[in-house]
Amino acid sequence: MFIELENIHKHFGRVHANAGISLTVPEGRIMGLLGENGAGKTTLAKILSGYQTHDAGTIYLDGKQASFRSPAEAIRAGIGMLHQDPLDVPALSVLENFELGGLQSGLRKSRASAARLQELCKRFGFSLDADAAVSSLTIGERQQLEIVRLLDQGVQVLILDEPTTGISSPQKVLLFRTLHRLASEGISIIFVSHKLDEVEQLCSSVTVLRRGQVAGSLESPFSPADLVLLMFGKALDITERPDVPLGDSLVELRDGTIRTYRLTMDHLTLELRAGEVVGLAGLEGSGQQLLMRACAGIQPLAGGTLAIAGQDMTRKNYREFARLGVRFVPAARLEEGLISGMSIREHYALIDPNQGNVIAWGNAQTQAAEKISEYNIVGSPDSLVQALSGGNQQRLLLAMLPEKLALLILEHPTRGLDIGSSRWIWEHLLERRLQGTAILFTSTDLDELVKYSDRVIVFSGGMMSAPTPASQVTSESLGYMIGGNLR
Amino acid sequence: MANSLLVETIASVIASAAPLVFAGVGETITEKVGITNLSLDGSILLSAMAGFAAAMLSGSLLVGVITAMLVGALVAGIVATGSIALRQDQVAVGFVLTVLCTALSSFLGKPYVRVPGPSMPHLPIPYLADIPVIGPIFFNHDLLVYLSYVVIFGTVFLFNRTQLGLRLRAVGERPEAAFARGINVNRYRYLFTCLGGALVGLGGATFSLSVKLGWSYQHTAGFGWIALAIVIFGGWNPLRVALGAYLFGALNSLASILQPAFPTVPTQVFQTAPFAFMILTLLIMNGDVLERLPRGSRWLRKLLQGQAPAGLGKRFQSD
Repeated sequence: MFIELENIHKHFGRVHANAGISLTVPEGRIMGLLGENGAGKTTLAKILSGYQTHDAGTIYLDGKQASFRSPAEAIRAGIGMLHQDPLDVPALSVLENFELGGLQSGLRKSRASAARLQELCKRFGFSLDADAAVSSLTIGERQQLEIVRLLDQGVQVLILDEPTTGISSPQKVLLFRTLHRLASEGISIIFVSHKLDEVEQLCSSVTVLRRGQVAGSLESPFSPADLVLLMFGKALDITERPDVPLGDSLVELRDGTIRTYRLTMDHLTLELRAGEVVGLAGLEGSGQQLLMRACAGIQPLAGGTLAIAGQDMTRKNYREFARLGVRFVPAARLEEGLISGMSIREHYALIDPNQGNVIAWGNAQTQAAEKISEYNIVGSPDSLVQALSGGNQQRLLLAMLPEKLALLILEHPTRGLDIGSSRWIWEHLLERRLQGTAILFTSTDLDELVKYSDRVIVFSGGMMSAPTPASQVTSESLGYMIGGNLR
Repeated sequence: MANSLLVETIASVIASAAPLVFAGVGETITEKVGITNLSLDGSILLSAMAGFAAAMLSGSLLVGVITAMLVGALVAGIVATGSIALRQDQVAVGFVLTVLCTALSSFLGKPYVRVPGPSMPHLPIPYLADIPVIGPIFFNHDLLVYLSYVVIFGTVFLFNRTQLGLRLRAVGERPEAAFARGINVNRYRYLFTCLGGALVGLGGATFSLSVKLGWSYQHTAGFGWIALAIVIFGGWNPLRVALGAYLFGALNSLASILQPAFPTVPTQVFQTAPFAFMILTLLIMNGDVLERLPRGSRWLRKLLQGQAPAGLGKRFQSD
């Protein structure tokens, strides 16, 4: 099936999210839809898959005019979408999710469905346990389930919105292989992304969106420079990481043990010096989060000792760590980092130590306004934090940190952000480093780890590699270690 | 002899728990689809009164039962409309309705207070009632009690074996995902909220026509609140909700049996003991104990674990 979009418009209030987009999706090919955050990619994807209606413009499927009032209608017409956060029902089992949404009524035909599920999984090399609860799956597995479910419903066009965010490297390899295979079987694929390298690797053509309009379309092979130019309208220069002389030893973890329901980690040793950046690599849940939380005083140690700036902090809590200038910035920005439902001004009223029992709203307003302009946050002191984009939420989290810090611990500092925002975040972090702040961070982006770390530590199943100077690793060698070959 | 007393006691627990089973399972269905009908205590009173009055005036038990079910469905329908169409808070609407229905039942029920009226005829099931022990416990009651068995197993079947039940659960867990799969979320919510409400009404009718015959002021004595608690206790699983209803009934009977044996203990202790026991059981079932079970007992954990539907109380609109 091939799709033509003609002059699609969509407004959200005063924002013109799609401003006259026209493009063609060829049959049996993988088309990239590239653009910065807020360029209108997701909106376009949602219009095409029936989640949103467009204000003006026409959609043609195989030359015939079509319009969908709901996702179900789009699926019936053969278009299915895989959302960034898989839109499934976590409380139900894999099989129940697979069955859900078919047109059958009456009794469930679980056996027949299970057979179809198994057959589809086998075809693509997925291993999904039909009886497992979806809540126990990784994001990558939930994606696989959504893919086979949509195929079972007979979709001919598959739209994937930022599918590689939050999945492991092997899962990414499998996903790309699956997409190639589907394309060769005649399924049209729209791959929505802001990651240049993935689009280069996977897509045979790409359309770049900028500010709700088509900035240009290219055929493979693409040159990264051309893509960047189309995405941002200007060439970005590569930031160089200034070399910083490392200071005194700041964090000393000796023979630490962490025990949780899922994972036990023994003989943990870590030394971190002031001004040093250490990146932690590994699949989700391999122990890197636990180590970071232990260094922040959030995860108690079951054994061993931890000293920060020469003080024994083994049994201290986060408040006491914070007093020494340790801060933890979690990956779940809205769930753990910010308070959903409160404005930026209210956040400043909360964190300002000089606020008394009666809040001086004027001060909070001034602080909020100052930080908003200093950190280039798109919003006002009145903006509710959940209404900010991911990049702006991350900027706000950094803006709320005290000026002077000893140790800054960040989970996935640039997850879900576009290249421009990521670069901005790292410029800011590296500046803090010049003042002697040590930085400990995790990322699933191997290039980010190699580029910004002084040393890299790889985690696998609760084991920790020796710290390796970043100059001695490449993203290939890291990928190999993450796969379990720590030495 | 002691044996037959025990059988008799268990049989009376089964019969007296029937209203709680209807109301608890009804509320489970409602909450599974994502709506909290907090008006239970009021609507069970109003439907008990309406069912009794209708049966008495019409001379037909069937009319009484159907009237009670309609009243229950109507009250639930108001909660659903308030939440879906009028976008009001479910808890607030439910709470106000509780008070309203309670007052209405006292006001409209005045002519029927302590008036003798119809009751469900005793109807042992031929052959089944003759099975030793099992027969007298389960099959020596009236039609409404038998209907409560049907409701329990029917609901389990609906939830687990039918497409309709699967969709119902999806709507309550994640309405956005249900919508994406072509399910009309709000239609499901209206339908199953009213169905749950009808069962609550049936519970009310069972009260006034089968368990505690007739009508009096505050006739059902807080049973609606117990039903709401039992839904949580049962982890939104109809089978466990029913077990919770029977457990509560058993604790109640136990209290009335033990009371004469310990004349020095104030009667209030026995009257309130079942509630304390319920809280204790709730703590055990939903607390750390589950985490400490051996690793192999996955099925046991699955049976005991209860999670509220994730979409409970969440309003849904497609954009």
